Amino acid sequence: MSKLVEVEDLKLHFKLGRRLCVKAVDGISFYVKKGETFGIVGESGCGKTTMGKTILRLLEPTGGKIFYDGEDITNVNMQKYRKKMQIVFQDPYASLNPRMTIANIVGEPIDIHNLAATPQDRKDKINEILQHVGLNSEQANRFPHEFSGGQRQRIGIARMLAISPEFVVCDEPVSALDVSIQAQIINLLHQFQEEFGLTYLFIAHDLSIVRYMSNRIGVMYLGKLVEVAESDELVFHGVHPYTKSLISAIPIPDPKAKNCGEKVILSGDFPSLLNLPSGCRLRTRCPCARELCEDSEPILQEISPGHLVACHNCQ
Amino acid sequence: MANDLLEIKNLRLSFFVPSGEVKAINNVSVSLKRGDVLGLVGESGSGKSVLSHAVMGFVSPPGKILGGSIDFNGLRINEMTEKEKRIIRGTEISMIFQDPMTSLNPVYPIGTQICEVLMLKNKMNRKTAWYKAEQLIKSVGIIDPQRRLTQYPHEFSGGMRQRIMIAIALACEPRLVIADEPTTALDVTTQAQILELMLEMKEKKGMAIIITTHNLGIVANMCDRIAVMYGGTIVEYGTVMDIFYESRHEYTKGLINSIPKLTAKKEEKLVPIEGTPLNMLVPPLGCPFAPRCKLCMAICLKKRPPYTQIASVHYSACWLNQKEEFERDAINV
Repeated sequence: MSKLVEVEDLKLHFKLGRRLCVKAVDGISFYVKKGETFGIVGESGCGKTTMGKTILRLLEPTGGKIFYDGEDITNVNMQKYRKKMQIVFQDPYASLNPRMTIANIVGEPIDIHNLAATPQDRKDKINEILQHVGLNSEQANRFPHEFSGGQRQRIGIARMLAISPEFVVCDEPVSALDVSIQAQIINLLHQFQEEFGLTYLFIAHDLSIVRYMSNRIGVMYLGKLVEVAESDELVFHGVHPYTKSLISAIPIPDPKAKNCGEKVILSGDFPSLLNLPSGCRLRTRCPCARELCEDSEPILQEISPGHLVACHNCQ
Repeated sequence: MANDLLEIKNLRLSFFVPSGEVKAINNVSVSLKRGDVLGLVGESGSGKSVLSHAVMGFVSPPGKILGGSIDFNGLRINEMTEKEKRIIRGTEISMIFQDPMTSLNPVYPIGTQICEVLMLKNKMNRKTAWYKAEQLIKSVGIIDPQRRLTQYPHEFSGGMRQRIMIAIALACEPRLVIADEPTTALDVTTQAQILELMLEMKEKKGMAIIITTHNLGIVANMCDRIAVMYGGTIVEYGTVMDIFYESRHEYTKGLINSIPKLTAKKEEKLVPIEGTPLNMLVPPLGCPFAPRCKLCMAICLKKRPPYTQIASVHYSACWLNQKEEFERDAINV
């Protein structure tokens, strides 16, 4: 499979004054193959959403390169690519315009890209998409507030599907939803991937959901990728202390089950992004930090085919 | 039972809002033994937070208790005056709130906030209270307590603030701690720390805990008993093993099947619960879960299912467990 999206040393630094600078995304490189789902996990504040938006150039990167289908899109006019790259936002309550009807929300991308020849054509297209995501055409003239969270997320997905994109950034699409609704949306995303051959960048903080969705997973910590591997490899043979701690922190919904692998509980809290620790960023919380970790920052290296880790103790 | 610490019987609680009556708690009975951990599981709007607030005596208009009783250690909470309730809050029952960001007062240092409880309830003077506060926040894992006590809530991270909330809740060594979604606002790694801390404190002090959550993983690891709530009622109640392995209610089963498990085989498909959560303004006549249930029968839409005892402490409210009675009713209908 060829690489659909590739980022090289992507950086996004928010300047907050002459000296203060938040390094939200700080040198990330990875690629997403055509038709696969690449998952990104990390705690809140680690820069995963910022990275997703930067790849779509909704935020301008301060460094690095973004490639789409082999072409460098870091500095080009994005209009041509907007039709191919879409996003599903995290909060279905905030991402739909409350003054627009569902038909207009889903129809807007169709209008922008001139995909409907006649008004009737447009209407048919909208109805077809709404039916696809499990809503009916009678609901097309209603407003977002008349829908529940799960239904709103379906509308968000319908809007993304309206222009049949190739690459979709799913930015925590289920974290705002009730447990019983999450599975509906996940299955829907799965179904559309198979039907339309979509490629996903799936961002979430819940490793069990990411693992369920993804072929490969990247673990992010403080603006950097610390481990990248096939999803099963990562869950069962993850080696980075942060990955292990994420895995053992997930409460398993089964009273008899034991956590897989050794239990690693990180001490302390997320450091401030304004004042990053020297060397390895995890060292202030890591149970196996050494002197070396303080002096030099580990780089992402391949330890087995397709499995990359950034840790002095694992290389 | 005589040795139950808390007994709620046939509790009914409604909110009277302009558009009608919302039956937030509809005939709920549940009990808790000393030193046990009870998990209240349910989606948003299922009534789990309202129930836990009612135990603390936090029911304010438009909410009103319409019937039933809440007995705590021989005291009837729902018939107490506000003054009497104040006496038991903190010393007998205390609460850990969901959002550590908003439940601490931003304009006082945290030392003052911890001391306030101790001085008010335990009649300590400022000096001994401050000393006790130091020990308390040390016991919840905050290092350098002397300096930390003089700091304000905004100087702490979310996990730290939740630790402080726990310290405040445990200051007077209550018999019952109600934790209302204690980790929902926190990250997974911090969540693991807080849950570990709560279990550790329970071992040390031997208090009972009611924990409300929508995360089945948390109840599997923490609780002795689980009550699954849907639409303002408890649909199933039992031990952790009963609920996870012997569930006799379609909602509980659906909930367990709809969450992805980290170590499960990838090919296993998630089975979602179809439909949308209940509109509490127009509750269905029969079983609250009937409109979303795959095995819904005619009677489910008409009549509320009674509880069936399945094992010694395992109860389920589903007509499928009442086959015999159902068949008799079906003839009458």
